Amino acid sequence: MSQTAEAVLSPETVLGEIKKNAVSHIVWLPDSETNWLYVLMKAEPSLHVVAVSREGLAYSLAAGLSAGGKTPIILIQNTGLMESGDSLRGWALGLNIPVVLMVGYRGWTRHGITQDTAAVYTEPFLNAFRINYYLVENDADAPRISAAFDEARKTRRPVAVLVGDEYHGFH
Amino acid sequence: MIDTAEMLKIFQQHRGDAIVVPGRGGRHWTRISTQPNRDVPLGDPAMGGHASFAFGLALARPDQKVIVFDSEGDLLMSLGILPMVAEHQPKNFYHFLLDNECYATTGGQPVPNAKNICYDVIARGAGYPLAASYDNLETFAVNIERILAQPGPVFTALKIIPEIQNDPIGKRKKWLLRSREQVIKDLQQEIGIAG
Repeated sequence: MSQTAEAVLSPETVLGEIKKNAVSHIVWLPDSETNWLYVLMKAEPSLHVVAVSREGLAYSLAAGLSAGGKTPIILIQNTGLMESGDSLRGWALGLNIPVVLMVGYRGWTRHGITQDTAAVYTEPFLNAFRINYYLVENDADAPRISAAFDEARKTRRPVAVLVGDEYHGFH
Repeated sequence: MIDTAEMLKIFQQHRGDAIVVPGRGGRHWTRISTQPNRDVPLGDPAMGGHASFAFGLALARPDQKVIVFDSEGDLLMSLGILPMVAEHQPKNFYHFLLDNECYATTGGQPVPNAKNICYDVIARGAGYPLAASYDNLETFAVNIERILAQPGPVFTALKIIPEIQNDPIGKRKKWLLRSREQVIKDLQQEIGIAG
């Protein structure tokens, strides 16, 4: 197996992190980064998948789940993250919701110049909202997902995980 | 059209021990409710989110009846909540819509196509099995017990009298009696969730 093939983020690894952190509900809007993860999430009996029609609804929905004693995670893309700023401000930050946002980092690249404005504005957007974030590119980075959960619980704030790679199918 | 405070007084008689998310009706409801620890008055964290917050609460606590008083301005901003609820068919979720045909808190400007929208038809089309509308208090009073006796999700649109505010926001009377954090803590304690 080539080194390139090894350095990927597998959906099984992400699901393992989600289960390790006792997530009860996946609040999500599909994006190209989470396609493979969706199949696994739907098959996992301990998880409830709640699809939203717009990213702004994810924060208020997660706030309601959290107020009701559950542990949601939000899975969206960076494009939707930016579309939903006021809801992030009012519902997630305003109600002190300890929630992890896994954000598909569309356009991100470690090599060369980023061409996609979705990527250009992602980190400045999170910084503007003073939301801490962790970059996850492959399975070796997976412990950062648990770090994000720990930080969210301790600070009672949303914490982001930027997914810098598409999931590459089942292993 | 229906007076919101009078409607809420009638609703209170049938509320039982349901959790109530009063939305923009909160400024009346906080004076009317007899179970404040089962109320979730949050003011206006961000427009368009009251129903999805209540929906999340209903999913988290299927053992509790959850009632939300949404508004048409909020719903128009987030119509996608309707198929989200309909997909999950939460039997404990009751969605009331206060439709005053305007943005009352910004001076009363009309919402788009204000007088010609059938919100109950939209809800039914999105997949709510039960949806109705009322434009007078007497008919609402006759039906409220039946509405709340049916399994959710139930959608009820109410034509209400606008209560337009023109004062600068900083000069408006504060009606939230507790902080948002305290509201949620009180609810969690009331329903047995360790905060």
